[in-house]
Amino acid sequence: MEAITLNEKKPAGAKNKGFWFRMVQQKYLYFMTIPFVIWVFVFSYLPIWGWTMAFQKYRPARSFWDQDWVGFKHFVDLFNDDRFYLVMRNTLAMSFMSLIAGFTIPILFAVLLNELRNQVFKRFVQTISYLPHFVSWVVVAGIVTKMLSIDGGVINDLLVWLHIIDKPIVFMGEGKYFWTIVTSSDIWKEMGWNTIIYLAAITGIDPEQYEAARVDGAGRWRQIWHITLPGIRTTISVLLIMSIGHLIQIGFEKQFLLGNPRVIDYSEVLDLYALNNGLALNRFSFGTAISIFNSVVSVILLFVANGIFKRVTKESIM
Amino acid sequence: MSKSKNNYFNATLSDKLFDAANVLVMCIILVATLYPFLNVLAISFNDSNDTIRGGLTIFPREFTLKNYETIFAYQGLITGFWNSVLRTVIGTLLGLLSGSMLAYCLARPDFQARKFVSTFLALTMYVSGGLIPVYILMRDLHLMNSFGVYVLPGLVSAFNVFVIRSFIDGLPYALQESAKIDGASDFRIYWQVILPLCKPVLATIALFLAVGQWNSWFDTYLYNGGTPSLTTLQYELTKVLQSTTNQSDIRGKNITDLVTSVSPESIKMAITIVVSLPILVIYPFLQRYFVKGMTLGAVKS
Repeated sequence: MEAITLNEKKPAGAKNKGFWFRMVQQKYLYFMTIPFVIWVFVFSYLPIWGWTMAFQKYRPARSFWDQDWVGFKHFVDLFNDDRFYLVMRNTLAMSFMSLIAGFTIPILFAVLLNELRNQVFKRFVQTISYLPHFVSWVVVAGIVTKMLSIDGGVINDLLVWLHIIDKPIVFMGEGKYFWTIVTSSDIWKEMGWNTIIYLAAITGIDPEQYEAARVDGAGRWRQIWHITLPGIRTTISVLLIMSIGHLIQIGFEKQFLLGNPRVIDYSEVLDLYALNNGLALNRFSFGTAISIFNSVVSVILLFVANGIFKRVTKESIM
Repeated sequence: MSKSKNNYFNATLSDKLFDAANVLVMCIILVATLYPFLNVLAISFNDSNDTIRGGLTIFPREFTLKNYETIFAYQGLITGFWNSVLRTVIGTLLGLLSGSMLAYCLARPDFQARKFVSTFLALTMYVSGGLIPVYILMRDLHLMNSFGVYVLPGLVSAFNVFVIRSFIDGLPYALQESAKIDGASDFRIYWQVILPLCKPVLATIALFLAVGQWNSWFDTYLYNGGTPSLTTLQYELTKVLQSTTNQSDIRGKNITDLVTSVSPESIKMAITIVVSLPILVIYPFLQRYFVKGMTLGAVKS
């Protein structure tokens, strides 16, 4: 009977029972954990071991010990490749655009939703605006291409009808539009969904503050400016830090699906660059070097952002 | 006195203007969100020769089911549908099992390896090997051209584990203790005490897993593109969409190569509807679970 009762409830005695004794006692916990730890090791940590490829002249048929080591050759090649700078430009341009637009618009939308008086209408708008989040990028890319097409696309029809343009624009075929198209599609898809966190934060604001502000004669704008926005400031800064950490890891789905050979000079981002070199051209080592660059820069950005955040708010998100 | 009254009047007038403008903005957002879906729906039900004339909005002009008949006669789509269903079901079940088990162990304050396993998992959220090393690994593990690649690599998700754990942390610990005193093993406590109590959070995680599985296309493209029997719905749609933009590295024939009686345009729109329909139909009923999960995850991270 004594052995069955929980050990940690007897503070001093339990510690003395010894590591191995407790390990046997917790055997089921180990059985339930170890398989998944191995799993994570294989699928998440082994690829990091694969980084060694970037320092080899990797040939798939050979074992690890028979590979030729080339040091930093692939990194030197990478930094000497003109394409790399073009790709970095695209990556940074699109990530800054989505950082700015994808950040401010959901905040604005959440604040406006919060100001709606009719709760039924508010819930309806929320339900509809979350919807695009759940369809895949494949579907969104199809829809966007359709909406922007020159025959029967609603955007061109609308612009012609408003006499803003004379004849339909080939949006998908010209590089100069690509960044805007990607950013706008992203906003269309995620704008509503990204309000959820802000709306949750807004519910945490004390209603008495609004009451007091109204008594003082503050209008809606001033209430937003002086109560709502300061009330969600912490949430805003946490999300900002996290998006800075992901600055160059912007993914490639949108660019892959919305891009085409005619706009490749504007659509190729780091991951696509790695994919095109690594798999299409079989330059595995070079592709891995790109991936390493991507991961390392992201981690550095995350630490820098977290450091700034710590200094400003005395909190850490990591 | 009169001044303050004046102020009050002004405030209500500007309040009304604000409300009107706000409702207008919301209506624009509603239209911008819904119109594209309705437009695609209309085209998918419209006669393909008529569609080419342009000018379709949200109602079909010449109603027909021919577009759908055409795509459902195409074997790739049927195979894709079953594979999508299968990966969604299996992937979700396995993900729930692994997530909840790990979460339970990590929520046990007395578990020795708790700290190590937490850190081990958390690190995977910040550093990933990258596309090429993962690709090489899948090849070395012989997961190329196999169904396994859909469900195995993503089996354990650190994020999901932490969301479930924070839910278990919120449950009264006394429940576990009394089960323990009754002589239940750790596994039985997990299976019979914790799991039933976790239903709300598991529902949320299940939805996210299911949507993620249903919407994936890239793994099919990367690993199983050359195996028609392992195609998925999203990949079939990708093939059709990319065929017109000449992204030449998309492998395999697609339906528009085989069918000439219906325009590619109409086929694309019909497949788009078929692919997104399951989500559009179940989503409104399950919305609260999605939202709950989003806020839960946010609180944690």
